[in-house]
Amino acid sequence: MIIELGHYALVLALGVSVLQAIMPVFGAARGDRALMEIGTVAAKATFLLVALSFGVLTYAHVTSDFSVQNVWENSHSQIPLIYKFSGVWGNHEGSMLLWMLILTFFSALVAVFGHNLPDTLKANVLAVQAWIASAFSLFILLTSNPFNRLVDVPGEGRDLNPVLQDIGLAIHPPLLYLGYVGFSVCFSFAVAALIEGRIDAAWARWVRPWTLAAWTSLTAGIAMGSYWAYYELGWGGWWFWDPVENASFIPWLAGTALLHSALVMEKREALKIWTVLLAILTFSMSLLGTFLVRSGVLTSVHAFATDPTRGVFILVILILFIGGAFSLFAFRAAHLKAGGLFSPISREGALVLNNLILTTAAATVLTGTLYPLVLEALTGSKISVGAPFFNMTFGLLMLPLLLAVPFGPLLAWKRGDLLGAGQRLFAAVAIGLVAGCAIYYAQHGGPIMALAGLVLGAYMIAGSLTELFLRSGIGRVAGSAAIRRLAGLPRSVFGTALAHIGLGVTLIGIVAVTAFETEHIVEMKPGMTADAGGYTLRFDGLRDGKGPNYTEQSGHFSVMRAGVVVTEMWSSKRLYTARRMPTTEAGIKTFGLSQLYVSLGDGMADGGVVVRIWWKPMILCIWGGALVMMMGGAVSLSDRRLRIGAPSRARKQKRPVLEPAQ
Amino acid sequence: MTRKQKRLAIIGGGVSFIIAAVLLVMFAFSQAVAYFYVPGDLAKAHLAPGTRIRLGGLVEAGSVKRGDGMTVSFSVTDTLDRVPVTYTGILPDLFREGQGVVAEGAFVAGSPVFVADTVLAKHDETYMPKDVADRLKAQGVSLGGKENIQ
Repeated sequence: MIIELGHYALVLALGVSVLQAIMPVFGAARGDRALMEIGTVAAKATFLLVALSFGVLTYAHVTSDFSVQNVWENSHSQIPLIYKFSGVWGNHEGSMLLWMLILTFFSALVAVFGHNLPDTLKANVLAVQAWIASAFSLFILLTSNPFNRLVDVPGEGRDLNPVLQDIGLAIHPPLLYLGYVGFSVCFSFAVAALIEGRIDAAWARWVRPWTLAAWTSLTAGIAMGSYWAYYELGWGGWWFWDPVENASFIPWLAGTALLHSALVMEKREALKIWTVLLAILTFSMSLLGTFLVRSGVLTSVHAFATDPTRGVFILVILILFIGGAFSLFAFRAAHLKAGGLFSPISREGALVLNNLILTTAAATVLTGTLYPLVLEALTGSKISVGAPFFNMTFGLLMLPLLLAVPFGPLLAWKRGDLLGAGQRLFAAVAIGLVAGCAIYYAQHGGPIMALAGLVLGAYMIAGSLTELFLRSGIGRVAGSAAIRRLAGLPRSVFGTALAHIGLGVTLIGIVAVTAFETEHIVEMKPGMTADAGGYTLRFDGLRDGKGPNYTEQSGHFSVMRAGVVVTEMWSSKRLYTARRMPTTEAGIKTFGLSQLYVSLGDGMADGGVVVRIWWKPMILCIWGGALVMMMGGAVSLSDRRLRIGAPSRARKQKRPVLEPAQ
Repeated sequence: MTRKQKRLAIIGGGVSFIIAAVLLVMFAFSQAVAYFYVPGDLAKAHLAPGTRIRLGGLVEAGSVKRGDGMTVSFSVTDTLDRVPVTYTGILPDLFREGQGVVAEGAFVAGSPVFVADTVLAKHDETYMPKDVADRLKAQGVSLGGKENIQ
């Protein structure tokens, strides 16, 4: 009964969405407030209905109701409670429902917090959101219904895929979807603006918080996914250029570009058409990502099932939305007035460079991801485009951007002084050189390119700090005044600096791991030792163990430094009983920013075991940098400019109270 | 600079960057991609030694032999032809005789043995790498309905 209630709520959500998709548009066209208001109410109602539906599916998973096909296929009565929860979205149907939940969540947010938007814009935005929601709820109901029942109720479930039984997976998809789907709001704003044929700096200010929120979540989702792959898959890699990783990385690149171009539009009214196009492109890439992941045209752990009707359905949605948005764009773009002028060397110019490089890089990753599909369709020959391709193209293309990052914030709007900015960055370059060489020296040896990469990373960090130093006047004015000035800087300045510093930190992590990582594969018998990263590992033997739904054999190691045991670690081979599926649990120990990573291989006939030992120097910088970037996003999001419609009003209102009338 | 010159400078710079990117991508496609083959394709493929390819098929039953230390040798078969493969390292958890596998690497000059540096067997035990399943099906190999379930 409860299950049917969830199913019914989803059908009802579709009905309400269709209403929300049509009524507000008419209302906005006719200036009818009552019709426009339907959008606001319907958006909240849809969210509640989808939430109810999602809650019911969660209930079915938690109570292990195996009469529901989805639960039977992806759950088991013996798995820990947290994986019963995460199992809800650890499968195709449930993850699409999560997609819907987040989409309607964002619509509801617009409905609740959009009171400072013009009525017509808000109505149109909500309507566009509802078009997407209608399409996807139809998709779920017709091709991927999570509420299908089984006639013969099985006694036990088929278990959640063991590699998905992990805390990382519990967090990774919701964060990723918050980002992916969050860009739908930017898309809706762009399409609504095109419908109205009017767009200005205020539009950019309304879009920016949504872009920031989506970008921050997507950054978190990608970083989380990368860390999950790193420790769960047991290969020690943190990024595989897997098509599915690319599917989330392309919207991230486009979204980063959008974040920067919206800035130009907000401040200078320039790049209007481009910003609208980018907003459409970013969400199109999210949709494309959903298609690639969910249709199963790419082979991956994420393609839960390969059902052609699903692929075709999403493809139709994709074509309708991307094609529709671009047609609208083609009709309307010419009507949008171009804005402020700027010289090539200026803050705007720097942001254009940023956009140029980021979109080209995104296009390159997209090409590499789709090329095997296209080639197979055209010629039938199968190729794999992997890390070598992406490292060569993406890596080279990003290089000028990384060099330019510290320059951007130092250039003035309209007309900048490159030489002046260069001079001011002199200290940053010097610090970069010294710090880069210091890290290089500390890690010993390695190729000369690594040194360049480390210098670049350190230079980016120092260069981003330069702006804060210059604007606060540290060194030029008295300490307390400088601190006051620093505290008085807009939060977005700190946000920018943090995001750029984070990028530098990530870069240092990537370069250090790539250049200085050591890997040994050794056969060990109890008592034998192996060296890695200045530590010595002693193999203490295998022990049998048992978990709630698996049996395991774990290898225990003592980590020694200069003959003294510092700590212990273990890596295990697990066999999940329900699916008879083996997995490897890597052993990881953190030393500062670096990690020791041990992965157990096959047992040998003579009682030894093959062990793979990595020393991963400074690897935590990779995700630490992402964390700093997210902090930057969050700090920017809290800037008062984004919370208050008109930035100057608050100050004007306060003044008369403090100052006597003149 | 006049308005026109400014615009030209920006557009010119942008276009040359994009052209550079396109050339780079084309170069990378000629250098850094690996073609996929099943054993039966290799006779007509005429590969130069050292060319990186992906070799897919089934791990032949009874062919897995552990040599010195970490080196493992096995045969990849499409049930008609077979190719001997050596690999040094730890095999993936799901590597099993009779199951689908994709090995990436190259042939060494003057030897019929394929030297793999990467061996992939995907995460699900019922999962057959799609490339392998398609090719084997095209060659009429029955997969016992094991492919495409999840």
